[in-house]
Amino acid sequence: MTLTVVDSGPIDRESALADLEDESIHILREVVATFDRPVLLFSGGKDSIVMLRLAEKAYWPGKIPFPVMHVDTGHNFSEVIEFRDRRVAELGVQLVVASVQESIDGGRVTEQPGQSRNPLQTVTLLDAIAEHRFTAVLGGARRDEEKARAKERVFSVRDEFGRWDPRNQRPELWDLYNGRHRAGEHVRVFPLSNWTELDVWGYIRREGIEVPDIYYAHRRDVVRRDGMLIAVTPFTPPFENEEVWSETVRYRTVGDATCTGAVRSDASTVDEVIDEVAASTLTERGATRADDRASEAAMEDRKREGYF
Amino acid sequence: MPGLLRVATAGSVDDGKSTLIGRLLHDSKAVLADQLQAVTSASRSRGYAETDLALLVDGLRAEREQGITIDVAYRYFATPRRSFVLADTPGHVQYTRNMVTGASTADVAVVLVDARTGLTEQSRRHSAIADLLGIRHVVLAVNKMDLVDYREDVFDEVVAQFAQVCDSSWCAIPISALRGDNVVSLSSQTPWYAGLPLLTHLEELALPEAPAPGGRFAVQLVIRPRTPEHRDFRGYGGRVAAGTLNVGDEVVVQPGGWQTTITAIDTYDGPKRSATTGQSVVVSIADDLDAGRGAMLSTGAPGTVTSAASATVCWMTDTPLEPGARYVVRHTTSESRAVVEAVDSRLNVSTFGSEPAESLALNDIGSIRLRFADPLVVDRYRDSRATGGFVLVEERSGATAGVGLVESLS
Repeated sequence: MTLTVVDSGPIDRESALADLEDESIHILREVVATFDRPVLLFSGGKDSIVMLRLAEKAYWPGKIPFPVMHVDTGHNFSEVIEFRDRRVAELGVQLVVASVQESIDGGRVTEQPGQSRNPLQTVTLLDAIAEHRFTAVLGGARRDEEKARAKERVFSVRDEFGRWDPRNQRPELWDLYNGRHRAGEHVRVFPLSNWTELDVWGYIRREGIEVPDIYYAHRRDVVRRDGMLIAVTPFTPPFENEEVWSETVRYRTVGDATCTGAVRSDASTVDEVIDEVAASTLTERGATRADDRASEAAMEDRKREGYF
Repeated sequence: MPGLLRVATAGSVDDGKSTLIGRLLHDSKAVLADQLQAVTSASRSRGYAETDLALLVDGLRAEREQGITIDVAYRYFATPRRSFVLADTPGHVQYTRNMVTGASTADVAVVLVDARTGLTEQSRRHSAIADLLGIRHVVLAVNKMDLVDYREDVFDEVVAQFAQVCDSSWCAIPISALRGDNVVSLSSQTPWYAGLPLLTHLEELALPEAPAPGGRFAVQLVIRPRTPEHRDFRGYGGRVAAGTLNVGDEVVVQPGGWQTTITAIDTYDGPKRSATTGQSVVVSIADDLDAGRGAMLSTGAPGTVTSAASATVCWMTDTPLEPGARYVVRHTTSESRAVVEAVDSRLNVSTFGSEPAESLALNDIGSIRLRFADPLVVDRYRDSRATGGFVLVEERSGATAGVGLVESLS
């Protein structure tokens, strides 16, 4: 029996971030080397912004060799859409917009009155993957987000119906990723699997990456709904009995405006955001996502159907 | 000292792995209020007397229904001293392949054993896998000490059993995951125990250096931008698999065997003088060679170019591994075909001896000989984890059928 103990001193967060970056770049390069039609999902949110920076690095000095796709529910924060379009133009990548509104208009999905459009995204996403014949779909999902996501492989095969079978996932050894798939199947790839919310913010600070303003404290009109602060927007007008007031808030996640809550916050710089996230007693999704609260297995059930 | 320590749990079903991780997360304050509330209310609605911390990690519906872990769950937490990636792996024999998945990227394994039962076949299997995969340090956590009155002689007996099967660097800690004894802080129940609590041990652990036969860099992607700024740029994107590469080093490009020199190591953030294990970089060489994806750049003693190898295999699919069977072999960034020449033996996980075998069934560990369609550039697994490991893939289904570790070269 050998016991090797030394005083490791304070944590080296920079070296942990460097490890994560090296691993993610490796995954991104594997995708381009082994798939003929990859695409990167880009919502304008912080995780997909970090993904774009990692992609810039992975193929540098070449350009990012695939298009990016936004599954647009039509209920987005305008600041995020402006950011999306500007970032895509700066990088010179092609943007594919898959529109939930078009899926609704085409009768592919039915909108439930008063319900978020978030679950409808799945059909739009799967239709767009089929239409463009994408074989690898890169996403910024992290395992720390949610307990069903914690079970994801880095390379995750989806059947021809886009379904995830959590009981029958491929073993994933070392950094040998198996992206073999049959016609009609595709592979979801998650280069940020091992990152946490704090790692993402640490990286945004280290790289000096710009993110949409709504991640920082600002004043806006809100209502309290399902225990969350929901912004008053054209898609989320106040109900008759709801009180509207002005609050200093920021967003921890950006998504469909109808189901993404804001948090009360004065954090207006990256450093202040990092301090706030480190001290928070709520998870990112617990604080701000209504659709994950539906049941103990809400995310798993949606993922089985092909949700990202 | 790595900033990120990758830890995998191992052990039989019901030895308390998920509870231990729940306890580690909870007592190190890595569980947030909404997660704890969800687990508390789920425990209450199931009629449990106490909050079941295992529900923090068993995230799938079927796992929560059956109270077992089916697939690896990855958890992340940081203490003021270190960041951790924890792979919570399943104990059931049926899901051994998922245990292998969790263990393959881990630096350290925590093997849980129930103090009441001692080592079981499955805990022996997991210890064998941890040893095989070259995990650099093992912590034997003798759990459920509360159920044996915290007796030192019970602990000593399990330690003696484990000493028979573990060859790695290891240490043993008596714990109760349920009560929290010796997990985050030392327990007054075990005054005879002179070591550290589990978390402190993991925070302070200094790992032995990973073995490296020389610098190893497998080409992932040839980067040729053809943009006005980089009209003639031709670099090799990849990740250093072992050792260190420096600008100016002589390299052998295999399998062709050409000799050349590293002229530059570039990244988006600027040029580097050298790159070491794990770093993703772009390497440029002096000569214009035919080095595509799968080519290996080696410094120091080069790898072995071979069309045949003996390997230890852990089998992961229902169709048995038999002589004559053909698979796709994935090794570093190269892919070839492989045929099974012979199955030599199978590991008996009770005796740890090897016994004659003609095929390997699901979850078996054994020795085989393989022949490859194209030569691969390999090292023995014990000399280099990244260039000595491979997977076998079923051609038709695409499923990952087995994992192999190169033992010797022919």
